[in-house]
Amino acid sequence: MSFSFADVDSVRDGLSTVHYLADEGIAGVVYLAERLQKPVLVEGPAGTGKTQLAKSVAEATGARLIRLQCYEGLDESKALYEWNYKKQLLRIQAERRGEAPEGEGMWQQIEDDLFSEEFLLTRPLLEAIRASEPVVLLIDEVDRVEIETEALLLEILSDYQVSIPELGTVAASQIPLVFLTSNNTRELSEALKRRCLFLHIDYPDLDREKQIVLAKVPGVGESLADQVARIVRSVRQIELKKAPSVSETLDWARTLVLLGVEHIDADTAAETVNILLKYRSDIEKALKEFAASDGDFAVSAAMP
Amino acid sequence: MSVEPAPSPLLALLAGFISELRAAGLPVSLTENLDAMEAIGHIPIEDRDAFKYALAATLVKNHAHWRAFETVFEVYFSLRGAEYNLVDGEWPEGMDLSDFVDGMDGQQPRQGGGGGEAMSAEQLAEMLFQALIRGDDALMRAIARQAVQRYAGMEPGRPVGGTYYLYRTLRNLDLDGVLERLMDRARHDAPGDLTPLEERLERDEFEARIDQLRKEVEAEIRRRLVADRGVEAMAKTLRKPLPEDVDFMHASREEMMALRRAIYPLTRKLAVRLARKRRHGRKGPLDFRNTMRHSLSYGGVPAELKFRYPRPAKPEIMVVADVSGSVAAFARFTLHLVYAISNQFSKVRSFVFIDGLDEVTGFFEGVDDIGEAVHRVNAEADVVWVDGHSDYGHAFEVFWERYGRDVGPKTTVMILGDARNNYHASQAWILKEVEHRARKVFWLNPEPGAYWDTGDSIVSEYGVHCDGVFEVRNLRQLESFVENLV
Repeated sequence: MSFSFADVDSVRDGLSTVHYLADEGIAGVVYLAERLQKPVLVEGPAGTGKTQLAKSVAEATGARLIRLQCYEGLDESKALYEWNYKKQLLRIQAERRGEAPEGEGMWQQIEDDLFSEEFLLTRPLLEAIRASEPVVLLIDEVDRVEIETEALLLEILSDYQVSIPELGTVAASQIPLVFLTSNNTRELSEALKRRCLFLHIDYPDLDREKQIVLAKVPGVGESLADQVARIVRSVRQIELKKAPSVSETLDWARTLVLLGVEHIDADTAAETVNILLKYRSDIEKALKEFAASDGDFAVSAAMP
Repeated sequence: MSVEPAPSPLLALLAGFISELRAAGLPVSLTENLDAMEAIGHIPIEDRDAFKYALAATLVKNHAHWRAFETVFEVYFSLRGAEYNLVDGEWPEGMDLSDFVDGMDGQQPRQGGGGGEAMSAEQLAEMLFQALIRGDDALMRAIARQAVQRYAGMEPGRPVGGTYYLYRTLRNLDLDGVLERLMDRARHDAPGDLTPLEERLERDEFEARIDQLRKEVEAEIRRRLVADRGVEAMAKTLRKPLPEDVDFMHASREEMMALRRAIYPLTRKLAVRLARKRRHGRKGPLDFRNTMRHSLSYGGVPAELKFRYPRPAKPEIMVVADVSGSVAAFARFTLHLVYAISNQFSKVRSFVFIDGLDEVTGFFEGVDDIGEAVHRVNAEADVVWVDGHSDYGHAFEVFWERYGRDVGPKTTVMILGDARNNYHASQAWILKEVEHRARKVFWLNPEPGAYWDTGDSIVSEYGVHCDGVFEVRNLRQLESFVENLV
């Protein structure tokens, strides 16, 4: 068995070549996931790069990314496999017209034919198992499915196999690297959690956020990136309904670059803060906070 | 037959570590335990951070438990790692002290080992100041070590958790004063005047560094305590309840902060769960008429069965909360939670009292920041009648007089408080009347059941007129009560 990463540092380097800046914890868990052949459950606030992590790992290792987007009402036929009824029907009709041999054996033969791989529609999970090349399987927003549906995932997550009653068990030819993301809208079942490594991705610290801005926003200067990261950190310290995510930080930095801003002063910040914060009450609060010592960073500047 | 290998010290330590995690309330299963063992086989053991992440990824599956994990980890593995050697008064190598004490004439600090002890308090303060300005981590760690040694006055063998030592050390360092000095310096260094925005950013930066220092001091004290008292004893002293188990009435300031952070995801989860429950309600009995009507399109064959789905009525909620000192926190959290899921109710009205009573529904209307509204309730509601000591009897009288007629057969009344009436008249008859009119009356008591009816608590006098009296001491209990309420 060969591994794509030799050690934790090479995970980090690999990810940084595809512009994903992993901290020690993230790189460590990805490394362990590959070594232990265990799925990773990634949790954390929205917009901190949970989904991006899976994509970047795929890109860095050159593996194919297979994605299963979860939603309420997701079932076997969308996640695992489905029989292609229409094609099966056609097959039966073709059989009737053609001159087929009579007798016991014939029925058996048709049945074998109908439930063969030819009529199987593979869905993401089965596809990830059957792929012969390296695969990164991303099961996105797993907390959206009902708790009963979660059970669907258990077999594939612990044994990397799928049981199809008519065909038998399909075992993985290679172990895919699995990432599950969750926004934590509900508690996931113990059974699922037990099978996974757990990774909580939080907002990055000052330095890493600055590096992310530098890596992701073309044309941004060192000092602007630094200021952006600093302001965002301060904004996150205020008690807000929705703290700015990394993607919002990036949007904001891009906007500032487009506007040709090199130094963020109070007015620029007030005019563009709506990119960073999405709730009116949050914007007002932030402006009030920053104007605390005197009036020139006035609320009225941003509230027409 | 296989020969059992002798348990290595690391395995023994890990076993202790895991049982301590379990004692702290973390659900660590056997498989996870095995995973952890396997995981640490894949990482370089001398890398403390990697070691920590390997354990965390395999053992901690809930972010709310992270703090508990971290505390236990620090205790168990605090003496390990090269940079954490417990050597008194030694400065990291290659650090030139004279850099930091330039401004002080006539005093030449000795360099190298033992240099720290010869330093005066002023010199230490000056170095601290310099370290903070530069954001020099190594130097800060060294200073933290010095400061603990100098100021904490630790006495071996005392069974304490270290809070007192921390307090003593920090008091001597006067970090608030240092922050002001740093800010003065920043203002002085700036080319022009600092705008409020810049000032705020500078302040946040320095606060973050000071916080870093505080953590170093804390870690240093912990290391020394562990060295003194041993791992198990220390872990036991430091064991803290998980956020969802923190007692509302005895939460420290820090725990309160953790609670406040915990409540938002909790309400969100609860709202999602309740909405789902509503949608996926149990199937009701067969709806015969509807089935027949739909059978027409199948030529009279009842191919499509129709059921009468139960449509539970949304209850109307009245929250009557005691907000006097001892139970205020509890009232705040409950109000927060109830309003966060208010779309599950047809109507929510809230009243707060101490010895007078005031309706506060208005504070919550059209506000999307519940925390802010709760804050305003605290500041603005008119709840004092005579002396500001809880008087349930009078509060109920006011409630009955002013709002009694609004209580109807759809209303669920929730009363929050410890029923400590300061020996006033109970006026329990009002509750009896309320119970007659209302759909349900529940009493939520943040005190542990064992304390009920002791001293001036008259909860059972009221309790007989309620449909249920519940002990709600922590978020977990509160959550399960609210879920059942809907």
